[in-house]
Amino acid sequence: MYAFDIERPATIADAIAAMKGEDAQALGGGQTLIPTLKQRLAMPSKLVSLSGIEEMRGICREDEGRICIGASTTHTEVAAGVEGYAALASLAANIGDPAVRNRGTIGGSLANNDPSACYPAAALGSGATVVTDRREIAADDFFDGLFGTALEEDEIIIEVRFPVPEKAGYIKFEQPASRFALVGVFVAKFADGVRVAVTGASEEGVFRWSEAEAVLSSNFAADALDGVALPGSGMISDLHGSGDYRAHLVGVLTRRAVSAA
Amino acid sequence: MPADGGIGASTKRREDVRFLSGTGRYTDDIKLHGEAHAAFARSDVAHGRIVSIDTSLAESMPGVLAVFTGEDFVDVGGNPAGWLIHSRDGEPMKEPKRPVLAHGKVRHVGDAYAAVVAERLEQARDAVEAIEVEIEEVSAVVDMSNAVAGEDLVHDEIGTNVCFDWGWIEDNRAATDAAISAAPHVTTLNLVNNRLVANPMEPRASIADYDAGTGDYTLYTTSQNPHVSRLLICAFVLGVPENKLKVIAPDVGGGFGSKIYHYGEEALVLTAAKKLGRPVRWTCTRSEAFMADAQGRDHVTKIELACEKDGTFIAFRTETNANVGAYLSNFSTVTPTFLHGTLMAGNYAVPNVYVNVKAVFTNTAPVDAYRGAGRPEATYSLERVIDMAARELGIDPIEIRRKNFVKPDQFPFASAAGLEYDTGDYDALMDKLEALADRSGFEARAEASKASGKLRGFGVNSYIEACGIAPSNLVGILGSRVGLYDAATVRVNATGSLSVMVGAHSHGQGHETAFPQVVSEMLGIDPTSIEIVHGDTSKIPFGMGTYGSRSLAVCGSAVVRATEKIIDKAKKIAAHMLEVSDTDIEFKDGQFSVSGTDKSVAFGDVAFKAYVPHGYPVESLEPGLEETAFYDPANFTYPAGAYACEIELDPETGKVTIERFAAVDDFGNVINPMIVDGQVHGGIAQGIGQALLEGCVYDENGQLLSGSYMDYAMPRADDLPFYSVDHSCQTPCTHNPLGVKGCGEAGAIGSPPTVVNAVIDALQRAGHDITHIDMPLSPSRVWSAMQG
Repeated sequence: MYAFDIERPATIADAIAAMKGEDAQALGGGQTLIPTLKQRLAMPSKLVSLSGIEEMRGICREDEGRICIGASTTHTEVAAGVEGYAALASLAANIGDPAVRNRGTIGGSLANNDPSACYPAAALGSGATVVTDRREIAADDFFDGLFGTALEEDEIIIEVRFPVPEKAGYIKFEQPASRFALVGVFVAKFADGVRVAVTGASEEGVFRWSEAEAVLSSNFAADALDGVALPGSGMISDLHGSGDYRAHLVGVLTRRAVSAA
Repeated sequence: MPADGGIGASTKRREDVRFLSGTGRYTDDIKLHGEAHAAFARSDVAHGRIVSIDTSLAESMPGVLAVFTGEDFVDVGGNPAGWLIHSRDGEPMKEPKRPVLAHGKVRHVGDAYAAVVAERLEQARDAVEAIEVEIEEVSAVVDMSNAVAGEDLVHDEIGTNVCFDWGWIEDNRAATDAAISAAPHVTTLNLVNNRLVANPMEPRASIADYDAGTGDYTLYTTSQNPHVSRLLICAFVLGVPENKLKVIAPDVGGGFGSKIYHYGEEALVLTAAKKLGRPVRWTCTRSEAFMADAQGRDHVTKIELACEKDGTFIAFRTETNANVGAYLSNFSTVTPTFLHGTLMAGNYAVPNVYVNVKAVFTNTAPVDAYRGAGRPEATYSLERVIDMAARELGIDPIEIRRKNFVKPDQFPFASAAGLEYDTGDYDALMDKLEALADRSGFEARAEASKASGKLRGFGVNSYIEACGIAPSNLVGILGSRVGLYDAATVRVNATGSLSVMVGAHSHGQGHETAFPQVVSEMLGIDPTSIEIVHGDTSKIPFGMGTYGSRSLAVCGSAVVRATEKIIDKAKKIAAHMLEVSDTDIEFKDGQFSVSGTDKSVAFGDVAFKAYVPHGYPVESLEPGLEETAFYDPANFTYPAGAYACEIELDPETGKVTIERFAAVDDFGNVINPMIVDGQVHGGIAQGIGQALLEGCVYDENGQLLSGSYMDYAMPRADDLPFYSVDHSCQTPCTHNPLGVKGCGEAGAIGSPPTVVNAVIDALQRAGHDITHIDMPLSPSRVWSAMQG
């Protein structure tokens, strides 16, 4: 680890001020960033820890019925605290291991946008809104390739707002070593249609599978997907599976997610 | 279970109290006054010529005390291979020097070419990054078939990438070839025994201290065999007299073979400690461990089984390329040869066996013995090809094995691969297995799996291995450069407690509990008054260490011999105390008594007399009660077993889950059944890891793709089933005093083919024409195979 300064603001306003410094890096639960620092793969001059900001923690319902989760809320807190959206709570309950879930935060996960992480699938599949210190960003506009997001350098996620679908399911197939999603599929049925978000599979990061959304919007049943398939091209191919395998898994897991919803 | 804590008691492991309460003392826990920290500069390319190394900037960095490069070690020795193998043409193997730090070339990703010692660890790491090195990358030699044929050489000076081309038994080659040519049926299998990373929970660590006043070195290090490390460092690498180096291996958190060997980092910290006059420490990071620890397995094999139409075996013929990586690690040449080829007759009365092994240098980390060391490779090849032959011939896989087993009345049995099996009963093991695994209930369970959309398969395996390495005279003929006895000193203290100094080293095996059970049984005293001392060359007599499931069979036998000497001398003392001839003394349950009388003295009274020799015949009997024994075994020991596994396979994803696992082992006599169960459980976990999860992968440029736990899949608890284990079929070893065989590696040897056989069974039952899938049988590999 290289030397760095750390600030622990207690308010969002102080955090915004702290992020103005050169090379400042927001620190959520640190489940990705701290190992990266230990490997000397990053050298920020300053870390701004967001975990002490009370106004960024917790779960509530807003007037429109959306579930609002503070960006510094841990996976454990989401798993235990989200009511009325079982697929989301269950997704959080199955990220990593207890140590990861007790430290890792929803804001940290979304800002990192690991191509194999679970939360991006939930946010995109739910059509969530990412609220930052300066604007609201629709999930459809938020994710940008591998580890890329619409966030500016010093922008901080404050809250994530999830519309609650009529039905939803998330199924992940774990990569055997990391137990991140080799492929994960989040399916959510809303009154105006079905959203299907896929993580782990694409070279472009989390994506919506529009063809599946179209058929499921007219018939929300696993067998509606018969004959619907993704090509393996554009899918990640690595030690743990070829693009064809991942494309196949997307189909399998989408059916299972629909059945589980 | 015996109530007295002697042989056969499942005594809880006394060492676990400190391990589970955080009071263990591992190398990294040791802090010495004034210590400095070492960090290593490691190659990020697989193969390159070192054009220049400029350390001037690094030397000027804050806290830096010294910077070393390969140039500093050109005048010291190389880390040697412990076993000289001769090729089929009689030529000795090629032995390129393995330097402390790479010099001239780097030969694998992670090859250390420089080291920094600094006041603080982060300063050392900062300075490592400031070393300016120019490395001219050259073509990496990665694939073994390319290495054998190719012109790019890992070691230019030897003119080839083939270390040796070994035939076993070369005189049997022609007969085996002829038998296969004439056979009515030949089954051929090409397979890969996947490369593994040992991954002990505790990474390697070393601290060196040098006393300028006496010229004595002390090395605290993570070793399975401190005397062997001392020998290698003193006699081969640094040229230090053995009396001037003390090697201490304190609590060690797992080894699995990877801590048998001497590594360059140990020589570096010793050299630096003397140069700086300060202790120097180094603890391996997990990332370094993936790159620089000796790895395991990595065979590419073609095996043929010739048999009659009724399944009677005629011959096994094997051709293997065995990867030794970039340098010869200490046991790397014996592992794919004598620890592999000699087992290629398995449990079978097959008349013809021939094994050809080429050891191949590549630009990858060194490969050496890893839990099982050669025997898992042998067992996997045999038991996979036997399963395949059974399918081709339409014979039940258990029946084909039974048909060819060595029968109980054939022991001692001279195998066609050159070993003499002393004892065994393989049918009894298989009988027990069929019951334990509930084979007759399989079909019903398969139907239930089918109803839930899953495929179910049943796989079996029978194995034999050779432990208790080894008779020194025999291994000397075969090329070993060391003897393979072990030693123990039993010291009876004046008040009757015992200190037992053993050459074996416990790093998870439970010696501190099991060895006292043996002594307790022999002396009839409370095991808690017996302390085991190990892991310190200045405290223990001598020892070749712990590997190859040898601790109890070899060192335990030395403990028995030393204890027998104690009893002999104690009888003489008791005879004097009781005023009779020592031939009239009987020793039982801790009491020395005069035959046919009620006169007796207790063991403690005799101990006290030995150390307070008042009224003692000092002219004919020495005071004190301490004896040492060296034990050199007459033969290997031959544990054997039969394993069964049931798997469920999700045909949509290719994911395999293990539903049932039964292991029946013959370890001969068992000292502590609970510890034996634990050893089998751990071994099976590693075997299942190899079968389903683990695989060390280099790309075509020699870059390590599986360099962390993000990509190298270790087995976790939820990957594993509850095991049914049994070791009640016991045919005691005939040539060691305890009748024990060794249990440390059996699980890792017996389980990989069992799992793979079960997966192939499931696929064939479902109509897939799949005869083999290479390990690890990851979901993607299984699914890909199912796509045809």
